Amino acid sequence: MTTKTYEKYYVPAQSPWPIVGAVALFFIAFGAAHYVIDISKQQSGFGGYLLLLGFAILVFMLVGWFRNVIDESMSGLYSAQMDRSFRQGMSWFIVSEVMFFMAFFGALFYGRIIAMQWLGGSSNNAMTFELLWPNFEPVWPLIKTPGGIETQAMPWTGLPLINTIILVISSVTLHFAHTGLEQQKRGQLKLMLLLTLLLGATFISLQVYEYIHAYRDLGLRLDSGFYGNTFFLLTGFHGLHVTLGAIILLFVFFRVLKGHFTPEKHFAFQAAAWYWHFVDVVWICLFVIVYML
Amino acid sequence: MSVTTTEPHDHDKQHDHEQEHHDHKPSGIKRWLYTTNHKDIGTLYLVFALIMFFIGGSMAMVIRLELFQPGMQFVEPHFFNQMTTVHGLIMVFGAVMPAFTGLANWMIPMMIGAPDMALPRMNNWSFWILPFAFLILLLSLFMPGGGPSFGWTFYAPLSTTYSNDSTALFVFSVHIMGISSIMGAINVIVTIWNMRAPGMNWMKMPLFVWTWFITAFLLIMVMPVLAGLVTMVLTDKYFGTSFFDAAGGGDPVLFQHIFWFFGHPEVYIMILPAFGIVSAIIPTFARKRLFGYASMVYATASIAILSFLVWAHHMFTTGMPVFATLFFMYATMLIAVPTGVKVFNWVATMWRGAMTFEVPMMFALAFIVLFTIGGFSGLMLAITPADFQYHDTYFVVAHFHYVLVTGSVFSIIAAVYYWLPKWTGNMYDEALGQWHFWCSLISVNLLFFPMHFVGLAGMPRRIPDYALQFADFNAFISIGGLLFGLSQLIFVWGLIKCARGGVKATAQVWEGAEGLEWEVPSPAPYHTFDTPPVIK
Ligand code: HEM
Ligand SMILES: [Cu+2]
Repeated sequence: MTTKTYEKYYVPAQSPWPIVGAVALFFIAFGAAHYVIDISKQQSGFGGYLLLLGFAILVFMLVGWFRNVIDESMSGLYSAQMDRSFRQGMSWFIVSEVMFFMAFFGALFYGRIIAMQWLGGSSNNAMTFELLWPNFEPVWPLIKTPGGIETQAMPWTGLPLINTIILVISSVTLHFAHTGLEQQKRGQLKLMLLLTLLLGATFISLQVYEYIHAYRDLGLRLDSGFYGNTFFLLTGFHGLHVTLGAIILLFVFFRVLKGHFTPEKHFAFQAAAWYWHFVDVVWICLFVIVYML
Repeated sequence: MSVTTTEPHDHDKQHDHEQEHHDHKPSGIKRWLYTTNHKDIGTLYLVFALIMFFIGGSMAMVIRLELFQPGMQFVEPHFFNQMTTVHGLIMVFGAVMPAFTGLANWMIPMMIGAPDMALPRMNNWSFWILPFAFLILLLSLFMPGGGPSFGWTFYAPLSTTYSNDSTALFVFSVHIMGISSIMGAINVIVTIWNMRAPGMNWMKMPLFVWTWFITAFLLIMVMPVLAGLVTMVLTDKYFGTSFFDAAGGGDPVLFQHIFWFFGHPEVYIMILPAFGIVSAIIPTFARKRLFGYASMVYATASIAILSFLVWAHHMFTTGMPVFATLFFMYATMLIAVPTGVKVFNWVATMWRGAMTFEVPMMFALAFIVLFTIGGFSGLMLAITPADFQYHDTYFVVAHFHYVLVTGSVFSIIAAVYYWLPKWTGNMYDEALGQWHFWCSLISVNLLFFPMHFVGLAGMPRRIPDYALQFADFNAFISIGGLLFGLSQLIFVWGLIKCARGGVKATAQVWEGAEGLEWEVPSPAPYHTFDTPPVIK
């Protein structure tokens, strides 16, 4: 704001995409709700189709919307102030994502430090323990619930450790892609970005493998009590975020191949990178809290 | 703060807003569907909020009809529960919050000298999600077995073990409402951070902008937590998880902790912008500067921070350890301090002011008195041992309706009267407005004040029947409710009348009004500050 001449802030005249996006979310929400009901009753219904329709409209919207934005950006309509708006918007979006994960981490801490101990009779709950589940042992991981569901814990060595290393390396390669972009080394940029994508894909595949292993060999399931609940929801939402981050990076990669982005202006790249680093940090918290401790 | 509309560095380009744009508004339905204009989107939000206010209000009428007399007369208990639930959800998420967002959209860019909101397309998306979200919520009432009936707080296991399939619709509609609020909040925060005209530094910002800035921060912090919570409800109900089921190692009290971690900041989301509105109106009609501007800013910020540390005052009766109870009791009482600072400052602003009592001022004055009553009943509820008695009675209902109806809703009405001339270019009908005010003031107290008495005497909330001894007060309450609802028809009449014409408003509208929004013509041109104004 200290620059002498004021660059006009670009306000698009009108846009059909937001309302298309709203319709998409309607079908997704309404469809998902009915789909959930349908599968819980093991009946076939229209929910799944509406959900798919919603996603199709969403993709259509995203393509159209981003095409407009990219065109505007490439034709130089965006001022430095606009770039700041985008960056700040993305940062706050990531803050909101952090809080989403906090809800589940908070639940995990509460369940482990408070609920489980109380069920085991601590604090003023001696009678709760005596009368409800006198055989319950409050140990974490909760491999036997008060109600008697048994499971096995997922060890942190092996796959999870490998996955941690993979994700950390992918953050580093992404960082080098960024420096490549900033120093005009397009070769390094492409190579490092590609490497990041491959590492991301490996992570997701290993995660899928781990889920199969959990279900088949360990009897660790989404419904095996509080341990399984938090394990699958935390790693599951994280996995979804990795997938989303990888898709975003893929599109960034295509744009890089097309010659987009300059050392000064590369908001889309920056946003995707921030998102990726955020997902990485979440994983490290997850690895420590869910797997190791 | 005074303003010229000359461009700062290029004196050849005289910038005249009216001339340059001659308001090339797009026309027809597309204008509203495709709009990226903060004023259009603000209008959409406000109209939507008004409609939801009447839908939610008609549900309240069903509740009061049933409670008019003891015994069961008109509706089934299960339907009664659906009405209390959906009434609460609609008023919180569909009426009060969108109304404030509408005001933010209209006013913040004008107040800080910005051309529009920072992310105009996303702004449109935030709005248009809402009608669909509430369509889903309302459709859920027609599910087999009825709609959600677990209260707006959807405590587990009511919403998990004992709910019907409308829960799935409820969960996903809350999800997309949350997406809408978060995007709206991001837009507000980025606009304020990044779009202020040169010279509009932080401590020059109008308080409405400040309070909304902090509100937006609260929204970004807690709406995702609500999203996580409804997700857990969904998986508990449909996918066999046991977050809120002790047999699986979870705890129903965990639900309440997460809910109120969201819920208490949420109530401040619904009152902080109201503080901003009142801080704008009182100085105008007292013709004095706001007393203690800086302390208002700090008070707002401390309320916001403290609001994260008090959530369990809603859970005193759940059997938490005593030290936790004490912590939450004292922390809650601490919030009364910054709140008191605000009330003090408003009163001090009026002290020896040259006051006039136009409709916005009347509503703002009523706000100060009646909100304070709500604050006091809040303090009573914050006393843990006393709350053991008051919890889940009509006393709580009285408390939150004083802070939310005579607080938030009155401030919204005050804001609408205050800025309506700026929006439409016409003065509203003052006589009609005064009628609206006095009818609302009397009926709202008839409606909510007796709730304190029946509550203290032990009448439980959310129950369709009651003991005979509460009959007289409840009849009063129901009549008050009907009158309050009818009074709002005067409001609608006044709004329509003003939109269609009336005495032309000047740019400044109110003699004592200060700030950028009063420097542009009335009605405000479609695009306001394409180049930033100079702020002295
Ligand atoms: C001085 C400030 C305040 C204090 C000390 C306070 C305290 C309390 C307490 C202790 C309760 C729980 C009562 C119970 O369930 O037993 C409560 C309920 C409530 N308060 Fe406040 N409050 C204050 C201000 C506000 C404000 C400003 C709002 C909203 C604008 C608000 C909205 C509510 C609502 C909606 C509930 C009921 C929630 C429910 O159970 O459905 N309060 N308040
Ligand atoms: Cu509270």
